[in-house]
Amino acid sequence: MDFGPHLFLATLEGAITAAVISLTAAGLSIVFGIMRVVNVAHGEFFMLGAVGAWWVTTAVGGHPAFGFAAALIAAPLFVGAIAALADRLVLFRLGYDPERTIVATIGILYVIQQVTLMTFGPDARPVEPPFNKRIPIPWLGIGENGLELTWPWGLATTTYKLAVIVAAAVILFGVWQFLSRTRFGLLMRATQLDREMATAFGIPVRKIYARVFGFGAAIAALGAVLIVPVQQAHYLMGTDPLLLSFIVVIIGGLGSLPGTIVAAVLIGMSDGIISVFFSPTLAKILATLLVAFVLVFRPQGLFGKAQA
Amino acid sequence: MTGNLKENSLHVGVLVILAALFFVVSDYHDGNLARIMVLAVYAVGYNLLFGYSGLLSLGHALFFAAGMYGLGLSMNLLGFAALPALLVGIVFSAGVSAIVGFLALRTSGVAFMIVTLMFAQAGFLTALHFGEYTRGDEGFVIQQASRMIAGIDLSAHANRYFAAFGFFALSYVAVAILVRSPFGRCLVAIRENEERARMLGYDVWMHKYLAVIASGTISGLSGAAYALLFGYAGATFASVQYSILPLLWVLLGGAGTTIGPLIGTAFAFYLIDLASEITTAHLLVVGLTIVLLTLFAPQGISGELRRRGLKWLP
Repeated sequence: MDFGPHLFLATLEGAITAAVISLTAAGLSIVFGIMRVVNVAHGEFFMLGAVGAWWVTTAVGGHPAFGFAAALIAAPLFVGAIAALADRLVLFRLGYDPERTIVATIGILYVIQQVTLMTFGPDARPVEPPFNKRIPIPWLGIGENGLELTWPWGLATTTYKLAVIVAAAVILFGVWQFLSRTRFGLLMRATQLDREMATAFGIPVRKIYARVFGFGAAIAALGAVLIVPVQQAHYLMGTDPLLLSFIVVIIGGLGSLPGTIVAAVLIGMSDGIISVFFSPTLAKILATLLVAFVLVFRPQGLFGKAQA
Repeated sequence: MTGNLKENSLHVGVLVILAALFFVVSDYHDGNLARIMVLAVYAVGYNLLFGYSGLLSLGHALFFAAGMYGLGLSMNLLGFAALPALLVGIVFSAGVSAIVGFLALRTSGVAFMIVTLMFAQAGFLTALHFGEYTRGDEGFVIQQASRMIAGIDLSAHANRYFAAFGFFALSYVAVAILVRSPFGRCLVAIRENEERARMLGYDVWMHKYLAVIASGTISGLSGAAYALLFGYAGATFASVQYSILPLLWVLLGGAGTTIGPLIGTAFAFYLIDLASEITTAHLLVVGLTIVLLTLFAPQGISGELRRRGLKWLP
């Protein structure tokens, strides 16, 4: 086996990780940017999205594409509603005090995870992808007839995996448009800039906060629905995306959406590549240490602007 | 100084009751209590930083595990005897907390929480990465024959109980004295108003740094004691969950009170014990307790007691 095709495959897997992580991280980043809340339970909303997708696809039946399409709509709505409820019942009552909300979201993390264990069970359950065609990876090389395409390694990817990457890009574009073009996006940004002034202008800040929290969770859930046909739904699956999103959001600069996406691509790709050539654990050690050092020495993130 | 007299009698009383409990309750509860006391050492260490200095760390499992692996690996790989291995564990955790504290204290608030979380996660993954020596999640057993100090077999029932009691008494009294000293008073001043403490001329950074090292070392002592008394070390003890647990215990018992950590640890231990008889999802109790505490009783049990009349409670 050559180095080239392995690198190619690692890059591709890395791109899928990057696609999903940029969605979860975008959710985390929006919630932090607007509400100044570090949501430790974010990974559990991701997990709920995947579990929700399993419930929906199982309930709908028929061709996998129908169930999947239903899951794409129903799971994020369901997760968003739960998150908005958590905001109303817990975070709002804490007055969004930064340290107490972190502690509370740790509690919410365990509640969601364990309730899922009690209802969904400890097994990993697969969701069938809506379409799944194998694409062998070609290689351009010099053969007997000069330059030609060959398929020498039997390595392959699937149409679904490529679709995940495209879908994530489309969704992120949609989120960006939503934030910058719609009235709700405007209200969100106004609340972010100055909460008290927004209240003075009659913006229902309380309602906005609940929706922002729900919206952030729903984006994570959407990412989970996309990845679940590749990964299977499991009640502990939220931990890795949570840590990776933290890493991405911090390196990209807390609360900056473009920075988050650049960092997601960077981290997702390098995670994929280091995992293939060295070990997944080593990749994670390096990434976590990187985050710690970025926070210590460059708190505004690698791509953020220094605060005056 | 009636306040001090009350405090002192409370501390002596707590220790006397703990020692006496061994002869009163059943063997099963003795075993539990030994475990609770060792874990309460961890909570006492955590409380020094969180309760008294106002620094919320989400990475104390790193220090606990440093003590645990410091003792466990030096015994199993280097063939150290129990006492020198205990020292290795303590020194190792002190070193780790000195490094982590030095870096993490450049940040504050939420960033401090995340930096400590990330360092602890890196430590946990490192333990997994060197699975050849640490045996990862599965962990390794420390042979009963080597768990002896001065000819006393620490794996025997009564010896283990009183060794655990000794570790707890040591850290409990040390922290009770520390927080009453000028150093401890200054930590509280920093917690209440950092700017004012700085204006008054205190070296805020150095006080916090020493608090991190002291807190990390006590946590490491707890980890080393746990491995020594229960004969097991594993990567689970380095995971995020073991950084969250001392936070839960201290919140539950009452942050910034001397007896809070013990009360919280005992309460949470029996709560989880009861819950796991009913369901496998016993961590649900942990989650619900944390949420309810932050909502309704952020001062914890002894904080509530203090608020409702026992104003002198240390």
